Amino acid sequence: MNLVESLFSPDIKQLPNRDGFGEGLLIAGEEDPNVVALSGDLTESTRLDGFAKKFPDRFFEVGVAEQNMMGISAGLAICGKVPFLTSYAVFMPGRNWDQLRVSVCYSKANVKIIGAHAGISVGPDGATHQGLEDMAITRVLPNLVVLAPCDSVEARKATLAAAKHKGPVYIRLAREKTPVFTTDETPFEIGKAQVLREGNALTIIACGPLVYEALKAANELHIDKNISCEVVNCPSIKPLDSHTIITSAKKTNAVITVEEHQITGGLGSAISELLSEEHPVKIKRIGMPDTFGESGQPNELLEKYGMSSNHIKIAVRNLLGK
Amino acid sequence: MSEQSNLTLNLEKTADEIRQSVIKMLVEAKSGHVAGPLDMADVFTALYFHILNIDPENPLKADRDRVMLSNGHICPVWYATLAHRGFLPLSELSTLRKLGTRLQGHPHIYEPPGIDASAGPLGQGLSQAIGMALAYRMDGLNHARIYCLGSDAEIQEGQIWEAAMFAGNKRLNNLTWIIDRNNIQIDGFTENIMPIEPLRDKLEAFNWYVLEIDGHNFDEIIASCNHAKAIYERPTVIIAHTIAGKGVDFMEYKFEWHSKTFKPGEAEKALDELRTLQGKIASEHQ
Repeated sequence: MNLVESLFSPDIKQLPNRDGFGEGLLIAGEEDPNVVALSGDLTESTRLDGFAKKFPDRFFEVGVAEQNMMGISAGLAICGKVPFLTSYAVFMPGRNWDQLRVSVCYSKANVKIIGAHAGISVGPDGATHQGLEDMAITRVLPNLVVLAPCDSVEARKATLAAAKHKGPVYIRLAREKTPVFTTDETPFEIGKAQVLREGNALTIIACGPLVYEALKAANELHIDKNISCEVVNCPSIKPLDSHTIITSAKKTNAVITVEEHQITGGLGSAISELLSEEHPVKIKRIGMPDTFGESGQPNELLEKYGMSSNHIKIAVRNLLGK
Repeated sequence: MSEQSNLTLNLEKTADEIRQSVIKMLVEAKSGHVAGPLDMADVFTALYFHILNIDPENPLKADRDRVMLSNGHICPVWYATLAHRGFLPLSELSTLRKLGTRLQGHPHIYEPPGIDASAGPLGQGLSQAIGMALAYRMDGLNHARIYCLGSDAEIQEGQIWEAAMFAGNKRLNNLTWIIDRNNIQIDGFTENIMPIEPLRDKLEAFNWYVLEIDGHNFDEIIASCNHAKAIYERPTVIIAHTIAGKGVDFMEYKFEWHSKTFKPGEAEKALDELRTLQGKIASEHQ
């Protein structure tokens, strides 16, 4: 699947995937003069600064007013613009879900919603700023595409795909630097999942930066225990790539889902819903265990709340009884 | 008779027909809001029959004036006005709120043509109107305007003030916000529920140019909308003082009619009053 060569090298390049969004938006801005951007007082940290500098007439600072920002974006889109609006996932869609539902999704307004700093790995800022519910509350909205890119390269592709897609798109991004393991040649398409590593004992389906943890776990299980895991990157939470997921589940008959999100309502729920109807298999969901987070270093938090590669390995062995 | 008063008389007759359509629609639908549609009938009529640059034959023309209705629940008057203006057949009005209709209980974008945005939950319209005004400014559509129509009680929503602050800051002079100051909301009179006065002072403090009019006086509605076009440095808000349930004596001023359904005989009584323009002209049934 055209991943980087030294996939498990300790020196693998690390970047926050929001960097990829910033790059993608600049390209989208050059390609389409209708692309505009709105910031809720988080221009630099949501990587809008490049766009704001290059296209000052197409950049709007809205201040700390996420509800208004969503509504303005709907109005801009109805009049032919392609607005990208950014904030942290806890505020958007957290604060402005009603505006997302009615002003944007009900009107199929061509708005691109960027929820940055999603996940527990936000770290020291603590529970209030760790967006762990965003996929649940966006996934339920008709007309909305929900994407969770795994690294900065995929975030760039997701941004460009969102700019071309006609209709609302939500993209969740993370704060921390994480391995850049996909390449320009790795396929990305809205509505598609990719089998990154083939295997037949069990399928690990993951989204966001934890896809790398899943790959690492699969590699170590292969080397240490001769367990062959298939790893599926599922950046398109909605629409879900049911074909790829069902095909893999039929092959392995055991699935583990991995996400930096509450255990309810996100990727694990989406996969469980699909497979329980189409091809029931044993499923174990890895995610935030229905609790709020706390301050700490990202790796400490992933370890404490059970979302590290070690936890994935344990879950695999438990599910297979090995 | 002067040209102006001919215009006014014609608008008055049209508004009366629109009010009758509203009553008939609500009787047919067996639910829906009454007081707001009746009190905003004059503003809608003035906009669609005199002020707006719109074309029923080409409802999506790029340089049209746009209306964003923020308090979506008064949409029966919007549908009725659009029908009388030729955007949809008058016969379609009887489908309001019924399965399969384009005339949803709260408006859905482009259904019917002429509806330029969805609305329902209060407080969302002004932000959308601002987005439209920004887009028009970017596209150099300097002769077109965005009209946001909203209610008085909805400014109890916080989003309205986020939006008001932004529009004032951006000096959105192509935006006119018309507030239906009918003083009522579901639970009672606004000043008893959650006072919004002093409204003018609040809006001025947010850098809006404020006009106050009698929302049933066509000369004032037209003059204020024209006045707004000559204000270059600020967005304009027109506080339209209206009488809830306007045109039907037993409904006027009563918050109870915000969304009440008709009892037997009430609709007929209301229609009879409207046909006679509250006694000013003879009804065809008399």
